[in-house]
Amino acid sequence: MLKNNTFIGWLMALPIMAVLVFFLVLPIAMIVMVSFWKATEFSIIPAFDLGNYEFLFGSNVTYRVFFNTFKYAFLTWVFTLSIGFTVAYFLAFHVRSQTWQIVLFLLCTIPFWTSNIIRMISWIPFLGRNGIANSTLISWGVIDQPLDWLLFSDFAVILAFVHLYTLFMVVPIFNTMMRIDTSLIEAARDAGASGAQILWNVIIPLTKPGIMIGTIFVVTLVMGDFITVRFMSGSQSANVGRLISNDIALLAYPSAAATAVVLLLTVLLVIGVMLRFVDIRKEL
Amino acid sequence: MNAIRKELELVSVTKRYGATVAVNAINHRFQPGGYACLLGPSGCGKSSTLRMIAGHETVSDGSILLGGSDISHLPPAKRGTAMMFQNYALFPHLSVAENVAFSQKMRGVDRQERLKKAGEMLELVDLSALSDRLPDQLSGGQQQRVALARALITRPDVLLLDEPLSALDPFLRIRMRGELRKLQRELGISFIHVTHGQDEALALADEIVVMNNAVIEQAGSARDVFNAPTTAFVAQFIGGHNVIALPGGHFAIRTDAVAIGQAGAGNLQGNILGVEYQGAHVSVATMIAGDQEINALVPETEFFENPLNPGDQVGLTWDDANLHKLTA
Repeated sequence: MLKNNTFIGWLMALPIMAVLVFFLVLPIAMIVMVSFWKATEFSIIPAFDLGNYEFLFGSNVTYRVFFNTFKYAFLTWVFTLSIGFTVAYFLAFHVRSQTWQIVLFLLCTIPFWTSNIIRMISWIPFLGRNGIANSTLISWGVIDQPLDWLLFSDFAVILAFVHLYTLFMVVPIFNTMMRIDTSLIEAARDAGASGAQILWNVIIPLTKPGIMIGTIFVVTLVMGDFITVRFMSGSQSANVGRLISNDIALLAYPSAAATAVVLLLTVLLVIGVMLRFVDIRKEL
Repeated sequence: MNAIRKELELVSVTKRYGATVAVNAINHRFQPGGYACLLGPSGCGKSSTLRMIAGHETVSDGSILLGGSDISHLPPAKRGTAMMFQNYALFPHLSVAENVAFSQKMRGVDRQERLKKAGEMLELVDLSALSDRLPDQLSGGQQQRVALARALITRPDVLLLDEPLSALDPFLRIRMRGELRKLQRELGISFIHVTHGQDEALALADEIVVMNNAVIEQAGSARDVFNAPTTAFVAQFIGGHNVIALPGGHFAIRTDAVAIGQAGAGNLQGNILGVEYQGAHVSVATMIAGDQEINALVPETEFFENPLNPGDQVGLTWDDANLHKLTA
């Protein structure tokens, strides 16, 4: 009987296992495998060769690009967190009626009705040298010369990232905040806590799992991105995603695969470290 | 603990939510240092009243006085009251000791000092051994004691308890109510306890305040309220009473003051509807003329000397001195 049950259990788990093996494990195994292959200008040779990794770790560019990737991830995280937390806090604790909470929340999702690329590109006419931002600032007399750093700069890249990904921070934080029992806040007030003290001693600690889930979303999205960096920096900055996409464009698949493996391990490491600090199991 | 017992007084306290009146101009003076129960069905305004005293709800009209000064517009922590919440509202991310010390932390007391004070409070509720646990790791009864310690560390003049026993199982409820009563005697401060359980109120309270439809129906000592209910609502809600319409008006009579005798004898004739064995007593439900139901509580041994069955005709007897005229 017990044996039979185990068999049925495995059988029931089979479809999801098949999907995961086929679409997750196999591709990753393939990438890992290709990352050890040899490549010349004209051919790709199956082999077990550490040359791709040696080249990767031996090059100064790699370190600069990884540093850049971390810089983007960190800055985007800082801004999406502060904006996302504020928005979620407002929705959860200041908007009293559920109807308005839903209305305002849906309002936040409206930008998602268009594609990422369109939302990104729409910044270009706004931020350009003769764009709306510059001409408005000049007409107000705030500046005499158009600001060059508005577009095709790190500023533009971070701005686009924040614009694209803040909602990924809002949703999990809002979700966690909605689960905070309002009587906890009353209890804190009963104990004499001021608004700031309630925020720091009650709301933030209890929102940590939501913050952590949002952080994982944003960090993985930013670290894996290549198109935003390319468009918004005007191809003047690079991150790891662009390194990989360039390699693919040159048909240097083994080199791209090696970079991808290193990026994957880096992201897993970052998430692993974050999960050591906060237990998100309660949220799942 | 407190040398001076401060008196809490409600002066035509009103709470409105839009057009609905949750609490309608109630006046009451609580006995200083007493155990008071606000008793009533859900939606009667008892919780709103408690929350207004605590400061978690604004007073629409009227004043709340504590020791002669008006506290109705002070923030909760400045009132000299402390509240124990229905679900205890313990901070899930803080240890038991940190929960108890929370108000001290908010006042900027340093860590060692506040944990020492929390330790004293935990000793009072007999929970010192668990001070490092998280609230999730405690049983319902233990959580309640933590909540109690957390409320008492502020040395309040009045402790407000919002249905403190409702989350516990019946056995634990009876034990915890004994502990609450004992603690109140030891501390000598006023406890105001909101409940919808009449047995809880009778067991605990020096003073019962029965509320219904946003007003106080009756207030007095537990014995006064139980033995002399003034309104039909109180008589029915406090339990153990029959409300009978007689030619002279409506009267309340305790179920154990009604005796069952031979058909044809007694004050009224009835028809037995049901018999319920309750251990020490047997509750006999009868229907009298005019579709009025009267319950008689008969001692067990007496009932089984002459057992009755549904459908039997009986005579109901009582001493007219036990009838209480009701005003409404």
